[in-house]
Amino acid sequence: MDRNHLVSLLSQCLPRESILTETEDVKPFETDGLSAYKQLPWIVVLPTEESQVQAILKVCHQHHIPVVARGSGTGLSGGALPVENGVLLSLSKFTKILSIDALSRTAVVQPGVRNLAVSEAAAPLGLYYAPDPSSQIACSIGGNVAENSGGVHCLKYGLTVHNLLKVRAVSMEGEVLELGSEALDAAGYDLMALITGSEGLLGVVTEVTVKLLPKPQLAQAILAAFDDVEKASAAVANIIAAGIIPAGLEMMDGPATRAAEAFVHANYPVDAEAVLICESDGTPEEVADEMTRMKAILEASGALELRYSQDEAQRLKFWAGRKAAFPAVGRLSPDYYCIDGTIPRKTLGYVLKRIYELGREYNLEVANVFHAGDGNLHPLILFDAAKEGEFERTEAYAGKILELCVEVGGTITGEHGVGVEKINQMCSQFDSPTLSCFHGVKASFDQEGLLNPGKLIPSLHRCAEHGRMHVHHNQMSHSHLPRF
Amino acid sequence: MNSIEEISGFIKDCAERQRTIGIKGSSSKAFWVSPVADEALDMTHYQGIIDYEPSELVMTVKAGTSLLEVMNTLDKEGQVLPFEPPVFNHAGTIGGMVASGLSGPRRAYAGSLRDYVLGVRLIDGLGQDLHFGGRVIKNVAGFDVSRLMAGALGSLGVISEVSLKVMPKPQYEKTISLTMSESQAIHTMNELASKPYPLSATSYAQGELRIRLSGAEVAVKSAHAEIGGELLEDAEPWWQSIRNQSASCFDSQKPLWRLSVKSTAKPLGLSGQCLIEWGGALRWINSEHTPSQIFKVAEEARGHAQLFRKGNPNKPLSSPLSAALIPIHQRLKNNFDPKGIFNPGLPGNF
Repeated sequence: MDRNHLVSLLSQCLPRESILTETEDVKPFETDGLSAYKQLPWIVVLPTEESQVQAILKVCHQHHIPVVARGSGTGLSGGALPVENGVLLSLSKFTKILSIDALSRTAVVQPGVRNLAVSEAAAPLGLYYAPDPSSQIACSIGGNVAENSGGVHCLKYGLTVHNLLKVRAVSMEGEVLELGSEALDAAGYDLMALITGSEGLLGVVTEVTVKLLPKPQLAQAILAAFDDVEKASAAVANIIAAGIIPAGLEMMDGPATRAAEAFVHANYPVDAEAVLICESDGTPEEVADEMTRMKAILEASGALELRYSQDEAQRLKFWAGRKAAFPAVGRLSPDYYCIDGTIPRKTLGYVLKRIYELGREYNLEVANVFHAGDGNLHPLILFDAAKEGEFERTEAYAGKILELCVEVGGTITGEHGVGVEKINQMCSQFDSPTLSCFHGVKASFDQEGLLNPGKLIPSLHRCAEHGRMHVHHNQMSHSHLPRF
Repeated sequence: MNSIEEISGFIKDCAERQRTIGIKGSSSKAFWVSPVADEALDMTHYQGIIDYEPSELVMTVKAGTSLLEVMNTLDKEGQVLPFEPPVFNHAGTIGGMVASGLSGPRRAYAGSLRDYVLGVRLIDGLGQDLHFGGRVIKNVAGFDVSRLMAGALGSLGVISEVSLKVMPKPQYEKTISLTMSESQAIHTMNELASKPYPLSATSYAQGELRIRLSGAEVAVKSAHAEIGGELLEDAEPWWQSIRNQSASCFDSQKPLWRLSVKSTAKPLGLSGQCLIEWGGALRWINSEHTPSQIFKVAEEARGHAQLFRKGNPNKPLSSPLSAALIPIHQRLKNNFDPKGIFNPGLPGNF
């Protein structure tokens, strides 16, 4: 279809000034947080009402125009990358917090509301929204639903899917779908869980009802230094085996620790090979009890040094280095590439060893940060895109690391999503009948495949072409390893 | 049948011959759901714990494994299924537990069964062996089909293996009791939940609000001091009688309705109330009102209703779906079970 014709049709759905087509206007939408991938959008629409979203989708559906929904554009897997000859539907004007109900501990928010803004609005009531992805000052709730975002506290407080009650979404046909309910469950299949993490392939989220939790009275953190990552991993296992679920349990390896220290001067022990941050929250009594137990376990696990946050400022300082690990690593190198695999915790020692070995093979440096509590590993590969072939080598190295995660029984993405970035690795993780089933799930919501096409689920053709087709279980390498 | 190959072969054969299949565990919930089908697929022989390492907080188990066996194994390591699934008639399998999607008294405070499902191995209506999710806590690769199976009543496929997140058993537990009216109790349950108390269950029946506190001993004691109320010695049988529905009001001559509503919904005004739990969000009613009357009440309370006991288990009754969701349900069913052979008539609302 001719672009001007589509613009004229869309002008009947929303004001003309909310439709962008000029290069300088659409350029900011050409990429998301994964800037290695770029595609200039054909048309960008900025609706302000759900009825406009319905009308836009109806027009696009009728004319077979693909649509990509976008929140704040902070995603790290290219999930909001525009598609050629498609409409980019930005939810950035849906920024209202519609209501907060203190008694039922819920907030009804529009999808463009920033994650942190929900907690800020709930703070006077002593409540907060638990999922806290590192990008929480910027990322939107709608994007969090699309990606099932996590954060550093999700072992104890869950992912986005655990903190939602209800999602309103518009289907590609322009129908409003109400998924979940204000009760704790809903009639029929659990479509609210299904749409969470669906990367914008099933519907466009227009309203979200989130659960709010009482803010813990106190939080305290321990910083523990180890001379060996294996010992630090064992300490993590020992804490959990003792029946403790810390509010946060993070690990950084030596290179990540040194990079963070050089950047934020959090007074990290720079000679350590691994640093753990263990956080306890709750009532003062609970925290005191848990801190005593964690201290004993960390000491018995061979920690060289333990530091305790004495006040809130110091606790935040402990976290500052961890939360700034990505930019800190970014200072060491012109470019870095962040990976997001999850592994069974017990395999961490082996996986890190292999990551370092592979790094030597590919001649690339790597630093590792690890959501140790839930097994989510973020290796950061340092590279220089200006050097010929280095990005390609980095991508190949990253692909090997993700395959390693699958090999040990883990997954290619813990929280950043598949998007376009990891679409080839999906062929390693899932066999073709399972991928076909995913396509069927997609078609159950969007029969023509117009919503965010080319993301999340690779075509079987693509897998075959890429030569990574998942081998049948019993013929697979490492067939002794348990896997799903 | 005790292998995936056998089960898959049986399904393929039934699909070819257009024979419907009733998937069967221990039949502990047959009073609620019991589909009529040409063939029965008994899953109880496909049983056993495949992988369990307490420090990973994950257990992978075959669907026919007895729920009690799983609970005992976890107990030995000081761990639990935090959603406290009901154990009806001292039986139940893990597959049935997931398919039913039911959670017990701790649900409002620790999350639902669905929240703890990490991965599912599923045999679809063509006998294909599919793998969704995994054995790790954080995983966003592909659609979250594993959680979709929770509560689907076996209508989308045969769950053959499940990976579940498990949690440590609370260190210390106490139950306190307060006497008050129903509307006061609903308000109190919600108010308590907005404060950082270590709540793990609440119930209201016959004028008595019971509150279970679980966690560090010091925290439980200080919460009790703040909330007040009488300390109940040996309250565990009470919570068990709710979880497993052995309390007498679950066994009335009248139909038992399960109304899942907004936690703050005011008293429903239906006679025959058995129990309120989940901080006000779950209400059990013994009532001879017509289904449409009950559905209307549930809708007004921002929720939905299911006929749980004394209904027709061949075709369970629950609140209707909205018109926009029906075609999506139909297409999902058709995607997983194109010949329509699994558990005919279930889940029953589309």
